[in-house]
Amino acid sequence: MATRLKEVDAVMVGMGWTGAILARALTKSGLNVVGLERGADRNPADAFALTRVRDELRYVVRLELMQDNSIDTITFRNEPEDMALPIRRFGAFLPGEGVGGTGIHWGGLHWRNLPADFRIRSLLTEKYGAKAIPETMTIQDWPVGYPDLEPFYDRFDKLCGVSGQAGNLRGTITPGGNPFEGPRSDDYPNKPIKTGVAPAMFGEAAKSLGYHPFPLPVATSSAPYVNPEGITLGRCEYCGHCNRTACEANAKASPNVNVLPVLRADPRFELRTRVFVTRLVYDRQARRVTAVLYTDLKTGEEYEQPAGLVVLSSFVFGNTQQLLLAGIGEPYDPRTGKGVVGKNYCYQFEAGGVAFFEGREFNPFMGAPGMSVAIDDFNGENFDHSGLGFFGGGYIACSNGGAPPISGRATPHGSPRWGAGWKQATVKWYRSNTRFNTQGSVYAHRNNYMDLDPTYKDALGRPLIRMTYNGTENDHKMSRYLVGKLEGIVKAMNPTHYEMHYRPKNFTVVPYQSTHNTGGTMTGSDPKTSVVNRYLQAWDAHNLFIQGASVFPQQHGYNPTGTVGALAYWSAEAITTKYLRSPGPLVSA
Amino acid sequence: MADEKVNESAAPVARRDFLLGAGTAVAAGLAPASASGTEESKAAPASVPTTEPDAFVTLTAPEAAFIVAAVDTIIPADELSPAGSECGVAVFIDRQLGSDWGGGAKVYRSGPFLKGKPEQGYQLALTPREFFSAGITAANEWTRKSYGKDFDRLSAAERAQALKAMDEGTAQFAGFGSRAFFGQLLSITMAGFFSDPIYGGNRDKVSWKMLGFPGLPAIYADKVDAYRDKRYVAEPQSIADFS
Repeated sequence: MATRLKEVDAVMVGMGWTGAILARALTKSGLNVVGLERGADRNPADAFALTRVRDELRYVVRLELMQDNSIDTITFRNEPEDMALPIRRFGAFLPGEGVGGTGIHWGGLHWRNLPADFRIRSLLTEKYGAKAIPETMTIQDWPVGYPDLEPFYDRFDKLCGVSGQAGNLRGTITPGGNPFEGPRSDDYPNKPIKTGVAPAMFGEAAKSLGYHPFPLPVATSSAPYVNPEGITLGRCEYCGHCNRTACEANAKASPNVNVLPVLRADPRFELRTRVFVTRLVYDRQARRVTAVLYTDLKTGEEYEQPAGLVVLSSFVFGNTQQLLLAGIGEPYDPRTGKGVVGKNYCYQFEAGGVAFFEGREFNPFMGAPGMSVAIDDFNGENFDHSGLGFFGGGYIACSNGGAPPISGRATPHGSPRWGAGWKQATVKWYRSNTRFNTQGSVYAHRNNYMDLDPTYKDALGRPLIRMTYNGTENDHKMSRYLVGKLEGIVKAMNPTHYEMHYRPKNFTVVPYQSTHNTGGTMTGSDPKTSVVNRYLQAWDAHNLFIQGASVFPQQHGYNPTGTVGALAYWSAEAITTKYLRSPGPLVSA
Repeated sequence: MADEKVNESAAPVARRDFLLGAGTAVAAGLAPASASGTEESKAAPASVPTTEPDAFVTLTAPEAAFIVAAVDTIIPADELSPAGSECGVAVFIDRQLGSDWGGGAKVYRSGPFLKGKPEQGYQLALTPREFFSAGITAANEWTRKSYGKDFDRLSAAERAQALKAMDEGTAQFAGFGSRAFFGQLLSITMAGFFSDPIYGGNRDKVSWKMLGFPGLPAIYADKVDAYRDKRYVAEPQSIADFS
């Protein structure tokens, strides 16, 4: 029997980026907020400390900061007719666990969607005709536009101290930036970080082909910076250890560094860690979530925490699973196309390549994801899709994120994988290779979705969430097109040797690809075709606000965190200025 | 490209500064405050490999013999490095298989255990420790059948040939996938050769020296531009050098 606790004003289910942003906005408005986190507390002074964070085996190989799959995982199958099996240890994607969530170990690549992305279905119909979009492609317009979100993109940029080069400042195209981006109301808070040697070569080659290269925007401050919360960030040291690890210089943005110090000092905020939220308590009549049930993993005790406002701020899979378990919203059925919860699961369609330059010295261990150069000429509707046979696109980049020795080595295809020949090839090429990637969009498909698994359960006895996903013909064509464009640039760099990496036919959960999962609780303007309204308020429970990339109707050609942060601020603004004054649906159904 | 040798000891990052985060995090008051550093300059980097014999806490004697022979074949002694076991890779594997990871920590281990498609990833009930144990047994059975001896008794050329057969999946193990086994063996061997020496492999930072990887402290803000297209060389430093 769960112990019933005293009601609080608001409870956060998950304490990553969106939990931290919402908790901060709500405590500022005078609410008492409880943050629930199933993982450990991660205080930068302990968890981000040297020399510990320089341990590639612990963080990059053994995945110290990632979700504990012994307690909870997801099941996976490529096609609806397959039997789904549990992902016993995450590989293709790596959701984080603990305070800060996936916001600790991300690389910090920080993007905005294109203005056109927000009305993609309408735009494609206008441009290419009413029959252009295949029936199986279930993409939708967002119920918010770029102008709605721009002030909140700007707010999140400033929270993070993003480094970059503006391409469109209040409508004026500025040289050196991304000319395709939506107008920015303000410049990036920090100048771009230094560009690596190989990315600079990529930029020159791209320019020679008529493209528009620019430094990748990154949530890593290039200089000491004080964010609007009054928190001082350090300077990037180009240590090459961003990915899968915390930043000891406090330069890479994380909830732990950029927001939580203020929340931890706020008496209105209470953090509870190692508590696992098992279920939302849903009052169907009142259309409210009255409480959350959780198990304290330290004691095994079960608690019921009543709350006036509930913010679902866990990862894509957890958000969707909670709705399905609580019976909030109609589960999606791919056979009929009816229902919405679990619909439009999308991934990120990354592909790329590697090039080798004999005799060059790239010092690849000096790295930071933002040392990279990108072009956006083939993203979204930045180019004409007439006659191409696909929609969507992505940015193309030459990356310079560091080359730690276990995971950051490359040798040309056909080199021995072990033995004396392997050693010679490794030494020859370690310092003079560079990698490229294409950040492809995923346009939703009728058969790619999430529901509850009928067989497998988590450590607390709940059904696992089941993911049914495979790459679509559209996305494969899109990806081959991007890789073809990339190959043209790579050739113009004149490497000794290069190879392009295309996506395999079937999606596989084994090698790492991207942690950019989206969908399942998508936002929209109609309750029949969406789970949350434009303010991320659940249509079926007015005091439930769902955050994160689970609300994306589809995945665009960018890393999602920039848009996740902007949406969190946008939603928080609606809660504090509209909902708290008059609790009820913010959009009439 | 010119090799520019840099004597890092001329301007070392003071140990205490490094532990406190040499960037501006110190000024921000956010840097770790619990470092037990003292003001003296750092100790000389360890330069003498351990002279104690390797002893194994997890692997049985036949398993250890297999692992030593395998890592010495995957990483043979040559002018670039000593053999894998001399670099501590066998000890590394022994300790890893005895660690939480070796025991299956953080792995979903509920049934039913069904054979899936390759796209669905590892689906066996075995922990890494159990997987290696079963794999070594199967490998030795196969070499006994094919060569008349356990793997570690084979000549160097035969061992290379046997590992190649496992790598290509042509070695027919009884009830076990030779290719999957070799994949895991290769992966843990590379981890042992290249990880920080704190785990027992990469003795004397031998692989880092081989690559030119400087290890810690990795503070390069003032070096990125100074070493554009110029080789940056520093005596590698490991976690233990700052402990």
